[in-house]
Amino acid sequence: MTKLVANALTVTAGEKTLVRNATFDVTQGELIIVLGPNGAGKTSMIRSVLGLTPLAAGTATLNGVSVAQLSARDRAQSVAYLPQIRPLAWPNQVRDIVALGRFSHGAALGRLSQADADAVSRAIAACDLTHLAHRTADTLSGGELARVHCARAIATEAPLLIADEPTAALDPRHQFRILDLIKTYVDTGAGALLVLHDIDLAARYATRLIWMKDGEIIADGSPADTLSSERLAEVYQIDARVENGRVLMEGIL
Amino acid sequence: MTERWLIPGLSVLSGLAIFLACLLGSTPLAIERVLAALFGGADAADRLVVWSIRLPRALAAFLVGGALGLSGAALQGLLRNPLAEPGVLGVSASASLTATVAIYFGLVALNAWFLPLAAIAGALIATSLLALAATRTQSVVTLILIGVGLSSFSGALMSLLMNLAPNPFSLSDMINWMLGSVANRSFNEIALALPFMALGVIILLVTGRGLSALTLGEEAANGIGLNLQRQRIWTVLGAGLATGASVALAGAIGFVGIVAPHIVRPFVRHDPARSLIPSALLGGLILVVADIFVRILPSTNELKLGVVAALIGAPAFVWIAMQRRAVHD
Repeated sequence: MTKLVANALTVTAGEKTLVRNATFDVTQGELIIVLGPNGAGKTSMIRSVLGLTPLAAGTATLNGVSVAQLSARDRAQSVAYLPQIRPLAWPNQVRDIVALGRFSHGAALGRLSQADADAVSRAIAACDLTHLAHRTADTLSGGELARVHCARAIATEAPLLIADEPTAALDPRHQFRILDLIKTYVDTGAGALLVLHDIDLAARYATRLIWMKDGEIIADGSPADTLSSERLAEVYQIDARVENGRVLMEGIL
Repeated sequence: MTERWLIPGLSVLSGLAIFLACLLGSTPLAIERVLAALFGGADAADRLVVWSIRLPRALAAFLVGGALGLSGAALQGLLRNPLAEPGVLGVSASASLTATVAIYFGLVALNAWFLPLAAIAGALIATSLLALAATRTQSVVTLILIGVGLSSFSGALMSLLMNLAPNPFSLSDMINWMLGSVANRSFNEIALALPFMALGVIILLVTGRGLSALTLGEEAANGIGLNLQRQRIWTVLGAGLATGASVALAGAIGFVGIVAPHIVRPFVRHDPARSLIPSALLGGLILVVADIFVRILPSTNELKLGVVAALIGAPAFVWIAMQRRAVHD
């Protein structure tokens, strides 16, 4: 069982504290969603737990080993990471981009081993990209490209997945598709930690919600336990009602 | 599959071009005379022409073009930008500046190894500055501008040296460096540059796989298991060695490193790692062919190879830049 544990993480940038005393863990079988307004420190927190941002205090460990001591390659084999999507440098073919998910397994594009090629094909099929496999990235729509990046992360077949706003700038149908993909991935035995901005979708898919405000985790628990109109008012400063786990937003407070 | 034939095809063409370079010249030699000279027969005069003049010159052109094509492809992969190239980024200019300084202050007269070492030092300073800047800015435009600045500054210092040149001979020496040429190169000069060039080429080829990962951007490349720091150091070191050694051999020759990878990329499905070897071969081929033209062109003064490369390459640079604008931003 792979387990990523963050213990009292603190991240600073100059004078400013971006994350303060964040403690949480991610393990297989869970789909955890981090919620919080812009600038709450969500991205800094997930980057620091991966060892991509240096910690000012606290520890982040993967199966008991400090992530700072892990090589990029070892970490990547255990935790697939999907940062906020940036434009690709070259107009690569979809299959080649997905194959980059096998990088930590030693794969070189154009010369994939059978095991790597099989994992790539599985990820492409899971993300419904088979008919696009030979298209180049510059010919894809935003929704298709988001699925390609998702497939790339899934192709690693890592026990854990961390994704930063995987549904950003997608229409509702594509947001559902991406979250369905990730949920299926979790159902096959993986664990996931996502940053999302859509509270309603988060409540629908998450097994656990982590609420962040001003760099601190202010609540961590199941949607049933932590989602309330008081919490939405506190975290987002919005006027919202919660009915049967659905969120109805009225306006700002 | 076109990709499968790319490397063998370019290798064969390069071999043919080098052979052609041995045939053509002020005294055209018949094929059988060149073959005889190459493989130990023929008379002494033919052997001299082939082994002391034409073959080293053609090999120098091939090695320089290969090193520049490879460095260009690697820098483009590292900086995720099709316009990155030793010439455009000021790496060649910095290397020729330090090489000129070494000649000017008599270091090269003390020991011939100072020439490649000085050129490599200049190239490494420039590539390190660029890599440092690349970590601070995501903007491709900023990076190219820094390269332009480096190039201009090296040019200014070069002009200063020329301004202060004690006599017309050292002045013409410096101009030769700036224009870039492989005329009158011997196997001795190749032997001085080759070890550094080979080391740079090996480093770039061994660490090439990481360049594919950088397609996704630095953050995601790190996420899929690339050690960014190490990749930057190796690519900068490899490109600095290869470019510096090529400048030591031929002076500053621009734009090969941008044209060759640009032609190669569609054939390797835009994978920076797979573009490395074909870019090197094509870069070498381009310079061998260009040098043949330089030699057989009936001009009163022989044209410099670097001048011809820039005449073809600079418009190609503008064209690539304009195409890029059409797709992005």
